[in-house]
Amino acid sequence: MADQAEFAKLAMIHMDALYAAALRMTRNSADAEDLVQETYLRAYRGFKGFEEGTNLRAWLYRIQTNAFINSYRAKQRRPIEEDLGEIEDLYLYKRLGSVTTSELGKSAEDALMDFTTDGEVKAALEGLPESFRLPVLLADVEGFSYKEIAEILDVPIGTVMSRLHRGRKALQKALWEFATERRLVPEGDDLAPNNVVGA
Amino acid sequence: MSEHCDEALNQLYIYLDSELTEEHRATIEAHLRECSPCLEAFDFEAELRKVIAHRCRDRVPEELRSRIESVLHQADASSESS
Repeated sequence: MADQAEFAKLAMIHMDALYAAALRMTRNSADAEDLVQETYLRAYRGFKGFEEGTNLRAWLYRIQTNAFINSYRAKQRRPIEEDLGEIEDLYLYKRLGSVTTSELGKSAEDALMDFTTDGEVKAALEGLPESFRLPVLLADVEGFSYKEIAEILDVPIGTVMSRLHRGRKALQKALWEFATERRLVPEGDDLAPNNVVGA
Repeated sequence: MSEHCDEALNQLYIYLDSELTEEHRATIEAHLRECSPCLEAFDFEAELRKVIAHRCRDRVPEELRSRIESVLHQADASSESS
């Protein structure tokens, strides 16, 4: 079966990325492994329906997202509180900027790698409610376009944009909170900007 | 903060997501050449994006890779025999 051999050639290279996405979706490695396996099996069976020349990567993510929503989400406690509250724009930049320039003598941009750890970024992303987590994952980690994300999640582009906007701010707030817990940056009101909204 | 700053910052993510029209993109880039505070904010957000993507990488366990290959092989065999 020529097209199935073609599947192995084209689809297997995306496995690391799909597994990483599955970890962020399910938030545990056992479910992530099952989800990726199911994704490949579904994709393999449906490969005849895949139109050559179209975006295989987006197609695989759509299969995985659907599998996640249908099979795994039911097992998990559904996020009850989807309201992220008001978070100001440039949340992290405004805080990290004031600390780094005054305390560390380097720019906020240069401080970002030191400021974060793999574990904290993953936890911050996984801590977002699902309706925000999936768009942020697909845009910021996987680099999909608004149109692709809209197709993968089956929501309008405007919804993708507004969820991305709010989800990114919530992610920044979570990263800031992790860093203050680790005391990487000083705590206290004296360094926080005055215009904090709803913090 | 001028109105140009407000406009640029409002479109910051759409710009970084490469979803602006060529015309809007050019307008923002012209502003960034003249406004270092905005440029700094844009650079920060662009860098943050890279850091997030970099920190969220995982490698699929070898065991899972082999398991998927064998599951697909079995699916292949069963579809050929049917």
